[in-house]
Amino acid sequence: MPELNYVSAVNAALHRALEEFPETIAFGEDFAIPGGVFTASRGLHDRFGARVFDTPISEAAILGGAIGAALRGRRPVVEIMWVDFFLVALDQIVNQAANVRYVSQGELSAPLTVRTQQGVLPGSCAQHSQSLEAVFAHVPGLIVGLPATPQDAYDMLLSAIAADDPAVVIEHRSLYFGRRAPVSVDGPIAAVGGARVRVEGSDVTLVTWGAMLGAALEAASVLSQEGLSVEVIDARWLAPFDTATVTESVEKTGRLVIAHEANVSGGFGAEVAARIANEALWSLEAPIVRVGVPDLRIPAAPALQAAVVPGVDQIAAALRETAAVAA
Amino acid sequence: MTPVPIQAPAVAGEALIDQFAAMLRIRRFEERIEKMRHAGEVIGSVHLCIGQEAIPVGARAALEQRDAVFSTYRGHGWALACGVPVEALFGELLGTRTGVNGGRGGSAYFTAAQYGFYGENSIVGAGAPIAAGAALAARYDDSGAVALTAFGEGAMNQGSVHEALNFAAAFDLGVIFVIENNRYSELTPTKNMVRDDELWKRAAAYAIPGVRVDGNDPGAMRDAVAEAAARARAGEGPTLIEAMTERLVGHYIGDGEAYREEGEVAAAREREPLVVARAALLADGVSAEDLDALEASVQAEVDAAADAALAAEPADTTTVREHLHA
Repeated sequence: MPELNYVSAVNAALHRALEEFPETIAFGEDFAIPGGVFTASRGLHDRFGARVFDTPISEAAILGGAIGAALRGRRPVVEIMWVDFFLVALDQIVNQAANVRYVSQGELSAPLTVRTQQGVLPGSCAQHSQSLEAVFAHVPGLIVGLPATPQDAYDMLLSAIAADDPAVVIEHRSLYFGRRAPVSVDGPIAAVGGARVRVEGSDVTLVTWGAMLGAALEAASVLSQEGLSVEVIDARWLAPFDTATVTESVEKTGRLVIAHEANVSGGFGAEVAARIANEALWSLEAPIVRVGVPDLRIPAAPALQAAVVPGVDQIAAALRETAAVAA
Repeated sequence: MTPVPIQAPAVAGEALIDQFAAMLRIRRFEERIEKMRHAGEVIGSVHLCIGQEAIPVGARAALEQRDAVFSTYRGHGWALACGVPVEALFGELLGTRTGVNGGRGGSAYFTAAQYGFYGENSIVGAGAPIAAGAALAARYDDSGAVALTAFGEGAMNQGSVHEALNFAAAFDLGVIFVIENNRYSELTPTKNMVRDDELWKRAAAYAIPGVRVDGNDPGAMRDAVAEAAARARAGEGPTLIEAMTERLVGHYIGDGEAYREEGEVAAAREREPLVVARAALLADGVSAEDLDALEASVQAEVDAAADAALAAEPADTTTVREHLHA
């Protein structure tokens, strides 16, 4: 099993997709010859030639080009360098890609995958730091996933590419060059969907996704030293969302904290809270608590960022808060 | 003796009489749709292409079955020119289960890929990059197919069209960009929205061929598209064709058209494609009786299709949740 960091796992998945699916083509800004600003696509052009190419700085052309090629038998994988840049061409994914299969009653499909990355890193400006997964998860017809580990960076990307519907895979920049881990690279490609219970626990359920998983695991470990048993669920996919796994956990623990890096209002945490209110209200022993960036823009200075982006301390505080409510 | 009517072909070819018949079918279809809209049988916003029929008919005559056509919400004519059955199109606008998308697309956003019609688009410039993608696919599958994207001249001021033109030009993609220039960006005169209203000249900025043609002449359209298609198939990249035409009706059914100049539409009616084509056919020696018989036969074909669609079952609500995902 190769030891891969997150971005190398993405790269390995792209290699395998181009190898295994001859109809796959891959393109984006600085994608082919430069190999991607984060090196995710390094080596692909050398190996696969004209199936991998660089594009102009034209997000609508990248996404529209992917849709048109998908309608005509290709399986494009494209990169939108920052999720913030997605906004200049949102029409192509929301008005176009998401509609194709439904309106044509299944006659047409747009099996394309858009890789992008998001999140706050020290010094990132307000236009390079948003977490916008809820925007995509709100649009029926799209598959939306946020891998949190090198194994998922590999597995989930391949699942998205193999799916016959438009998919948005949102990576997190802070994970790219993290610790290497053994990644199983030859396994079968799973269907999209399915959360993972990363740590089992019995007192509080903590649901998260993407880069927030690291802080969530650390917070759970801190709380376990305080005698609180936290079950950590990595949602992985927001669309389709695995409501059953979260429901089952809350039925056991009676308490729920949801943590994400996106802004709180209208964040996907609100959807999770609503679903659990529907599915497991009578199991809840305390109010559901959401942890996220307060409803602010993101400042650039690292000290200011640290003051708004939640981490281990905020999640731990939320876990203590919910645990303190008497049953 | 009643002359034997000339059959209107599903997709017009070289002959002007065929193109006349195909334009006539679109005109009668649109006229019937207008009645259906006023009668409340067709519900929702409808954009007719009355006066602009020569563009799709001429363009499609220069394409092949393997090619992909993308249009806008003013796309009924493009669909019919691609051979989409009249009854299935009536059904789509009427919201029947026999509609080409079972009522899911409606007037402004239906698709019929089995006829090479990759659909309307209700976002004016959004089809252009998708067409570039269709042409990109042809680079990998050896199909030799080209993609044609048609949009109003107002869309030339939307960023996606610029991105598509540059993308297609940079990579020599086989895209035929057709501007249907009816001189109005919806309700606003386009000449007031640009510094230079000769939009074909913008081709030079992309280093691709650009041409302005009489969009009321199906033969001129066919020739321009044939040349562009040959270039596209030879791997020489895209072409920008500006087809000059005039809407004889509003932007949408119900548009009061207060913005149009006095006498403008009356003058346009003198030079609209059906008037011009009929005169040319008469001058070529086709008899008035033959043309009248053809008109009657197209009218009968359209009426029969409309009647069948009006009698069809309404859209199936029990399947409304299907086909969101594979």
